[in-house]
Amino acid sequence: MQKGRNWTFRMTGFRKLLILLVVIAVCAALYRFVFGLGSVTNLSDEWPWGLWIGFDLLCGIALAGGGFSTALIVHVLHKDKYLPIARAALLTSLIGYIISMVSLFLDIGRWFNFWRPFFYWGFHSVLFEVFWCISLYTTVQVLEFGEIFFEKIKCPGLEKVLHAMLPFLLILGIVLPSLHQSSLGSLYIVAVDRLYPLWWSQIIPFFFVWSAFFLGPAMVTVEGTLAARAYGREPETPVFSSLTKVTLVMLIIYLIVKIADLVYRGVLSMAFNGSFESNMFLIEMIVFIILPIIMYATPSIRNKQGGVLTASILVVAGVVFNRMNVVFTGMADAMGGSYFPSIWEWLCTLGMWSFLVLAYCFVVENFPILPKEEHVHSGGHSHGAGFHA
Amino acid sequence: MSKGVLVDVTRCIGCRSCQVSCKSWNDLPAKLGTFSNNWDSPGKTSADTWTNVNYYVIEDGDNLKWRFVKRQCMHCNEPACESACFTHSFVKTKEGAVIYKPTELNKDYCVGCRYCMIACPFGIPGFQWDKAFPYVQKCRFCYDRMKEEGLEPACVTSCPTGALKFGDRKELLAEAWDRINKNPRYVKGVYGEKEYGGTSWLYISDVPFDKIGFRTEAFGKPVTQRSIPSLTWDVLKWTPYLFFGWGAILTIMRAYTKRHAEVHDESELYEPVDNK
Repeated sequence: MQKGRNWTFRMTGFRKLLILLVVIAVCAALYRFVFGLGSVTNLSDEWPWGLWIGFDLLCGIALAGGGFSTALIVHVLHKDKYLPIARAALLTSLIGYIISMVSLFLDIGRWFNFWRPFFYWGFHSVLFEVFWCISLYTTVQVLEFGEIFFEKIKCPGLEKVLHAMLPFLLILGIVLPSLHQSSLGSLYIVAVDRLYPLWWSQIIPFFFVWSAFFLGPAMVTVEGTLAARAYGREPETPVFSSLTKVTLVMLIIYLIVKIADLVYRGVLSMAFNGSFESNMFLIEMIVFIILPIIMYATPSIRNKQGGVLTASILVVAGVVFNRMNVVFTGMADAMGGSYFPSIWEWLCTLGMWSFLVLAYCFVVENFPILPKEEHVHSGGHSHGAGFHA
Repeated sequence: MSKGVLVDVTRCIGCRSCQVSCKSWNDLPAKLGTFSNNWDSPGKTSADTWTNVNYYVIEDGDNLKWRFVKRQCMHCNEPACESACFTHSFVKTKEGAVIYKPTELNKDYCVGCRYCMIACPFGIPGFQWDKAFPYVQKCRFCYDRMKEEGLEPACVTSCPTGALKFGDRKELLAEAWDRINKNPRYVKGVYGEKEYGGTSWLYISDVPFDKIGFRTEAFGKPVTQRSIPSLTWDVLKWTPYLFFGWGAILTIMRAYTKRHAEVHDESELYEPVDNK
């Protein structure tokens, strides 16, 4: 390892484009802070929450689920064969949370009051739990990342303190996201009689946390393959294939609980009533739950790089599809009016996700995040010896 | 001591005095309306319009019935907006009014997250979309009049036909049932008695409530009679147990599997990508 080397960030045409998108988003955000939400968004009294909350926050946090599920598998269950993906998962999760917090900050009307919920204990509000957990968890992730940071930037004093805290942070780093992933679902309990019954349920928090968890391995697969392609590395396909066992079992449980919940509430027939909502629900279940279950269960598919990637993309898209259904499809009938994000909302979103890609690239190029390549030998340690011991 | 208003839809003539008095008492800006195919103006409540009269033409055989329904915040007994707010910006006062503290009590905690707007089953809170530092606004039951001068709300004072009656919620509810039982033309039910745990504003009508814009059914089932805060609390109350329980399980699992795990020097496993 080349410790203490200088910072690097190689410019390419694609990266320049991403930087441009970030700059545009920053300008739009500044405009929004000066002139208010009405001037840049298509939000209305009927649609108080739109793209930023629905996609950037709800999906962003869910997609960052790779952080806590990988932490659970690697650091609590000590499944060492998954170590190669642990740091990449933590990094994506951390950047995902930062983006979610930024989009939340962008979305709240009285942003200068953002710190108030820390001091006014509205504990009867689901949002209170979400706010505390997300803030704390982001802090925890920054501290967890500190360990990696100090491998490059030497500071023995801080490193020691951090190391002593690590076991505690690790547990906290799983408990907190479990709580707020479920609470993001609980947010919609208030929408009883408004959110379509195929999605509204007293146990919607379970569906949210469960899907965020099984999404984790799939997200790690997708981003791992993308990163491997971008850097001309070999994707860790055996690790990804092995991870599908977790996702497969969780997907099956999800499907069973979903059907049981619909039957218990007596609304199963609504899935087949031919309405727009029912069709969206069926697509969600068949294309994004049942199909990945079949693909993951078939060894000839899950053991191939293309197969495991395709199935994982379906799982990731499925969770996004589910969140979109909760925020938009399921609420449309009751909210009335219409909403389609404005160009500025799209640009802000695009800018934030561009930032995610840039930040990911910068960090993996400057910090030890991805596993050492097999052909690189340093200190007598090879990739194989390190990971398959 | 909780106050309420009884709205008798049969007595409303749709004069909109209540709308005018609401705007003038609360100093709300007027907005130029737009033409539409009914007589609603502006059609719905918003941050600048805290009450609005909706018009309905109901066909009853060869007869046409005109009915007018004043809408405003229902002032729930257990308000969803209050429970949704994580800064306590809404409060249900002992007088029955649900008020927004940043503008009413000058306690500016609101972050403008608009979860209250998602939470309200009646879609009432309006947001000042055009302001840089917007507030959430809605009917405040003329809390200032009620509290300081013992006056009834401006809309009730201005109502020329007695369609609105201000008083103690319990007594109003009794009176509502009295009117219903004495006159067979009323629908047998008081809207607001039980819906979402009950509201301070109560409605009686001679035409079915679902014909005049009230939600009586949601997705084929009667609307919820439990208060929305209690539904949320059913789930939220488990949080501390989950926090400590899940934390304990994880700690035990970690300690258990650690005995079999090998020690890794993580700094030897990873390296920065060389992007050349």
